[in-house]
Amino acid sequence: MSAETISLTEGTIIEEQKLSDKTVIRKKKKMSSDQLSVNIVGALLVGIFALICVIPFYLIIVASFTSENSLIRDGYPILPRLSELSLQSYALCLKNPTAILKAYGMTIGVTVTGTFLAVLFATMTGYVLSRKDFPWRNQFSFFFFFTTLFNGGLVPWYLMCTRYLNFKNSIIGLILPLMFSVWNMIIAKSFMAGIPAEISESAKIDGANDITIFAKLILPLSKPLIATLSLFSALAYWNDWYNCMLFVTNEDMFTLQYYLQRILGSAEAMRIVAEKSGIALPSIPLEGMKMAMTIIATGPIVLLYPFVQRYFVKGLTIGAVKG
Amino acid sequence: MGRGEYLVKNLKRHWMLLLMLLPALIYVIVFSYIPMTGIVMAFKKYQYNGGIYSSPWNGLSNFKALFISGKLLQVTRNTLLYNVAFIFFGVVFEMGSAILLNEIINKLFKKTVQSLMFLPYFISWVVAGAIIYNVFNYERGVFNNIVTSFGGTPFDLYNTPGAWPFVLIFLKLWKQTGYGSVVYLAAITGMDQEMFEAASIDGASAWQKIKYLTIPSLRPTMMILVLLGIGNIFRGDFGLFYQTVKSSALLQPMTDVIDTYVFRLLIDNGNVGVSAAAGLYQSVLCFITIMVCNKLVKKANPDYALY
Repeated sequence: MSAETISLTEGTIIEEQKLSDKTVIRKKKKMSSDQLSVNIVGALLVGIFALICVIPFYLIIVASFTSENSLIRDGYPILPRLSELSLQSYALCLKNPTAILKAYGMTIGVTVTGTFLAVLFATMTGYVLSRKDFPWRNQFSFFFFFTTLFNGGLVPWYLMCTRYLNFKNSIIGLILPLMFSVWNMIIAKSFMAGIPAEISESAKIDGANDITIFAKLILPLSKPLIATLSLFSALAYWNDWYNCMLFVTNEDMFTLQYYLQRILGSAEAMRIVAEKSGIALPSIPLEGMKMAMTIIATGPIVLLYPFVQRYFVKGLTIGAVKG
Repeated sequence: MGRGEYLVKNLKRHWMLLLMLLPALIYVIVFSYIPMTGIVMAFKKYQYNGGIYSSPWNGLSNFKALFISGKLLQVTRNTLLYNVAFIFFGVVFEMGSAILLNEIINKLFKKTVQSLMFLPYFISWVVAGAIIYNVFNYERGVFNNIVTSFGGTPFDLYNTPGAWPFVLIFLKLWKQTGYGSVVYLAAITGMDQEMFEAASIDGASAWQKIKYLTIPSLRPTMMILVLLGIGNIFRGDFGLFYQTVKSSALLQPMTDVIDTYVFRLLIDNGNVGVSAAAGLYQSVLCFITIMVCNKLVKKANPDYALY
């Protein structure tokens, strides 16, 4: 290529650059107008959806602070009825606080123990399977993964838990079923595969054993992973009613969500009986109590969630890496 | 070096890793693999004293009872249709809200909206059931309060099976969208920003960029999520159906899924054999779906395959 053509092409490039600079300036004005329209439509749509997401919580809160008479007479309120505001429902819920406190204690105990074990299981297993020098990692990975592809169904699992492991009315029955999840293990595995292998290797050369490497080197480097796994597990344990429903009949061992389920159900049952038999409705403020109990059982999670939400967002991104 | 020698050497070197693997191995053996052998229950007449392995065989009579009940087709249809709707509307809502959230310029507004959308994910299905009760209760529900205040006739959801698909799909989207949109939002943030700048320079409008750049770039994410959904297409979301519908027989034709059916057979009716048969039917159905689906995807585009 001769010098002349080079300068020529350079010239046109510069020319084009100038031209595109101009169009950028021109486009910027136009862009801001349709950018604005996208922005407004977007804000409107997601704004409405976000409102729909919170309104039910608002409705339950308002109902829980309304007197039973008003709830029976006028139904569940949309706007707070100022003259009918009352703490009656909460007072009734807390009149006999032992049951609620027991359910809280049970839920907190199960959540803390379960979360600790779940995180330990997921990280420990995930670490071993992330070690590239571990010769059977693919075979074991498949051994775990296969359980997500095929399972025996509810009946054999239920019989295993009740007949052979004796989960009936035992706290173990509330902890073990949610303790190990292959998906959490995969998240841990793919996170730890991103930690440089040299860290494990050089520690090994220095004479450290695998458990020490895992506990002293790998875990401290996995704080975002641990935060995420803890939150996922804690939420699963806190919101669990299924295992309590399957295994627990002893009222002292009800978890919070199952206790709420019983209140919602039994209050309804009482009402049906009262209506069917023609007896006047019992004077127990059932309707408000249901709503107040819902708030009591949900409260801590809803108060905590603004603080933990960003870890969830982070964790989902960790999990999005294909295992 | 012989095979055995190699094995011994590896065992010696990695015994501690194996030890670390042991608890989880025992766990899946006890809770997954041994129960897998329990599928023999589907071919047995359950006796309390006999347990899983010593109860007498009764051939295919559990399956016969299952087919005679006429329920099987109904619950399979319901499970399938609900999941198809969940997958389809899930993608539309999650992807849609992620794209729109991304376009919002005001940071505070965006953050607030995102937080509010995330809220329903944090509650249990029990609480979601309480919400449905609050809104749709016939005598006192908020919905009927609004309807009657405009002079309409109150609507009895618990006597209208046909309305439940709408309620359940809406509830599922309500609970899931905020959470699901995060994955898409992360994918959008990870996109090549130069691509968008170049498009602006070429005169693409904001709408065009969404249509021709953002949505096509989200396809891999969408494919993986849809695949995961299809893999579980014969598994019903037990909590959703159980906590909202409760045990209303009237609503069952529209709301009964395989999972609630299996549960009812086992826990309420104590019909262990038939319940095991229905469970096995579901497991086999799921397994075939995942296998076929993954094979097809692998053929079309190996990058999207699950394994």
